[in-house]
Parts: sequence; structure tokens; C-alpha cells
Amino acid sequence: MILDSFLIRAALAGVGVALAAAPLGCFVVWRRMAYFGDATAHAAILGVALSLAFSMSVFVGALVVALAMAGLVSSLSNRGYAMDTLLGVLAHSALAFGLVAASFLTGVRLDLMAYLFGDILAVSRTDVMVIWGGAALVLALLSWRWSALLTATLNTDLAYASGIDPRREQLVLTVALAVVVAVAIKVVGALLIGAMLVVPAAAARPLARTPESMAIIAAVIGAASALGGLAAAFRFDTPTGPTIVCVAAVCFAVTAVFGGVRRAA
Amino acid sequence: MSLLSLENVAVRLGGADVLRDVTLNFDRGEIVTIVGPNGSGKSTLLRTMIGAVAPSAGRVVRMAGLRIGYVPQSLHIDPTLPMTVARFLSLPVRRGAAEVAAALAQAGVATLGTRQMARLSGGQFQRVLLARALLEKPDLLLLDEATRGLDQPGSAAFYHQVEELRQTLGCGIVMVSHELHVVMAASDRVICLNGHICCEGKPDVVASAPEYRALFGTGTGGALALYRHEHTHSHDCDHSQEAAS
Repeated sequence: MILDSFLIRAALAGVGVALAAAPLGCFVVWRRMAYFGDATAHAAILGVALSLAFSMSVFVGALVVALAMAGLVSSLSNRGYAMDTLLGVLAHSALAFGLVAASFLTGVRLDLMAYLFGDILAVSRTDVMVIWGGAALVLALLSWRWSALLTATLNTDLAYASGIDPRREQLVLTVALAVVVAVAIKVVGALLIGAMLVVPAAAARPLARTPESMAIIAAVIGAASALGGLAAAFRFDTPTGPTIVCVAAVCFAVTAVFGGVRRAA
Repeated sequence: MSLLSLENVAVRLGGADVLRDVTLNFDRGEIVTIVGPNGSGKSTLLRTMIGAVAPSAGRVVRMAGLRIGYVPQSLHIDPTLPMTVARFLSLPVRRGAAEVAAALAQAGVATLGTRQMARLSGGQFQRVLLARALLEKPDLLLLDEATRGLDQPGSAAFYHQVEELRQTLGCGIVMVSHELHVVMAASDRVICLNGHICCEGKPDVVASAPEYRALFGTGTGGALALYRHEHTHSHDCDHSQEAAS
């Protein structure tokens, strides 16, 4: 069975996360909510600690806490707190509480490292299924709401005038973000999920002329980074999650220079 | 039945009363202008009409299936969001290429379809916003300072086009503008707003109303008088006399 090879499973897991994270990452970039992704991801560590404590599925625990965090940020941001302050407080507090909560558990210290930095080479067949299931869900959600999401991102008043409720679209993004965080935590880890969201989207920007092309290019760059990073990590014996992010960062540098040259021409 | 009615609407934003006791009806084929000083709640009134602001008292009644075309006062497009003019016109409803081209031609910007929105000049941007609002085939067209960024011939052409739209689409049109003299002359009804409705009626009635004069002074000549003078006077000695008096 092909899924028996740990490298094949790792490649499938990485590509699955990249395909879902990239289009969602475009919205994260357009709406200037890069740290929203970080806050949600950091909160997921608390979810991991709780699931280990109560012996639940890590995916479910991370998903529930990530959803709660995303909901909390959304509701507090409507009450006049400055967004960057709010996210700074919540993201780091969630991470700190998660780490403290984990310290009460005996014998899971090593496991926790895997969730902070990811352990893509250890994904099981079930993990691959969960990742692709989550990715399919997120992509279906995004394509179903695409036009409404885009209009609400462009301008909330234009959305209202067309009969679209921007708060509902924000909720769709929030849920999608929590799902991506929950499925990606095993692949790149809580500390680098933000990079998988933002870096491919930012790398795609200079090459794109429409929102749709930016999402597709971001997905291609994300998937290529996952495969390239995996190959490089295997070859040079480096940690896999960070290596994937490094490859994506190199893509960003290349397109930034290329885009700069094209604009100057 | 009116396209849209406001019944005793009050709006509070951030603890401040922005609008109070506003009752208005908007009908098909009518051009209504809202005038008022800065901070008088003009934009808030339009945003309440589209549903972006919930009234704290009273209610907004929209005709069932009402289609609204809205041209906002300003629209910032984040530079990270790539967006061609043609794509912008297809939001949120997909339009055919021919329909988009026709709307752009009608707005006088036929060649701009493949341009990035971020690269448009202020005037081009306003025309594209209008083209998008018209693609909705609106029953009610709301224009918030829609001639911002247009030069004088541009804004004259714009109002001419608005007048045409009333005839071809038969829609109701509500405008907010600072260009008192041009706008009031083109309107069927003027609403003078300052948190509440100070006065409303035909342009010449409003221009001579004491409430309107209290807000805008007699120095503006009554905006209407200025407009009537335009054909005979190109110098401004009249206005310096008025300012002195």
C-alpha cells in the first residue's frame, strides 16, 4: 500500500495543508489579519494540552479551542480595542496558558515539542485522511462563499448594499481558519502555521492580476514549498516544518525581486 | 408604495446621537438631494438606508426585492488585493464580458477594463464605481459625494448622466453633495439635514427657508441664486458684495 511509506504520507499531508492554507491565506493578507492566524494557532497549543489531559483526539481539542479563540477575537475587535494590541495579548496569553497547562501533564513534554514545531514525518494514515478532509471542507466553504467574501473584504458598505452581511462572511473565514489550524498543527506546528498562511499568498501577489489568480498561484507555491521543503529536509537532515517555511520564504524573495523588476520596466 | 421609507429613525454611533427623528420616503423617478454641514449625518443616513448601520429607534422599510446601487464616499482597496476593473464590476454577481464593456462605455471609461483598480485616477475611480452601481440595474441609486475627484466638466457630465438614468432606468436617486448650486438645481426635492431634518421641499423653497440660511448663511447667495447667475455673470463682484453685507 502506497500510504505505508512515511515519505508519501508526509508529502500528502504537506500538500493538503498547503492547498487549503494558501487561498485562506490570501484573505488573511487582504484583510490584514496576519496575526489573527497566529493567535488562533497559538491557542491551539492550549487545545492540544487539554486533549492530552482528557485523552481526546488532538484534532478535536485544537479545533474547539481555535474556534473559541477566533470567536473571542472577532467579538472583542468590535468593542473598540486596537486589533494589534488585542491579538498581542491573546496570542501570547494563549500560548503561555497552553504551555503551563501542558506542564501539569506528566510525560508529554516531548510530545508537546512536536506540536510546537510539527512532526510531518510522523503523520499516520488517519492524520492524512483528517488533513485532506479538513482541506476539502475549507476549500468547499471558500468556493461557496467566494464572491460574498471578496465583496465583504473589499468594502463592508458595498457588501451591505448588495445584501451581503459582512459579519456572516467574517464568521465563515474564522471557522475556516480554525479548521486549517487544527489540521496543520501536526504538519508545521503551531508556531509556523501563520507562515503557511501568509508567505505563499505574499509570494503570489506580484504575479497576480485578479484575486482568483492570486489564490491559485498561492496554492501552487504552497504545494511546491511543501514538497521542496520535504525533499530538502530529507536530503540535509533538517527539521521538516521549518524547512518547508524556508522554501516558501525563498519563493517570496524571488517573486518580490521579479515583481519589483517588472514594475520598474 | 415607496421604494424605501424611514420612520422616526434615530441612530447612535459610539454614544453620540448622529440622527434623530428622521422620517423620509423615497420614490421611483425622483432625484432627492441631501445637504447639510460636515458631521450632520448625511453619510450615516445613506449607510442606514443600505443596512450597514442599524437604527437605535424607528425603522427602515425597504420594498420587497429592492435593488440598491451604492456609490460610497471613498473606497480604499488594499494594495495586497489584485483587482482589475472588469473583475470589480463582476462583484458580487458575475456579469458577462459584453455587459461589463457596455457599462464601462456608458460611464465613459471604455478602455479601462484590464487596468488595476489601484492604478486609476480619482475621476476614473468614481466613474468605475458608478458603472458598477448601474450594473445592479438599481431601483434606488445612492450617491455619496459621487463627484469627488471629478473636474468641473466631468462633474457636469456626471449630473447630466444621472438625469438620463432617472429617465432610462426610472430609478429613484438620492445624492449627497457639497456642490450645492449644481446639485440643488438638478433635484426635485432637497432635504436639509443637521442631525434631524431642518427643512425639506423644492430647491427654491429650501434655499429661502430660514433653517437653511441659518446653516449655510446668506453668503452662499442661496446656492440657487448662484446657480441662476452663472449664465449671465462670469465675474464675482456680486459675491464680494454679499460677503461684505
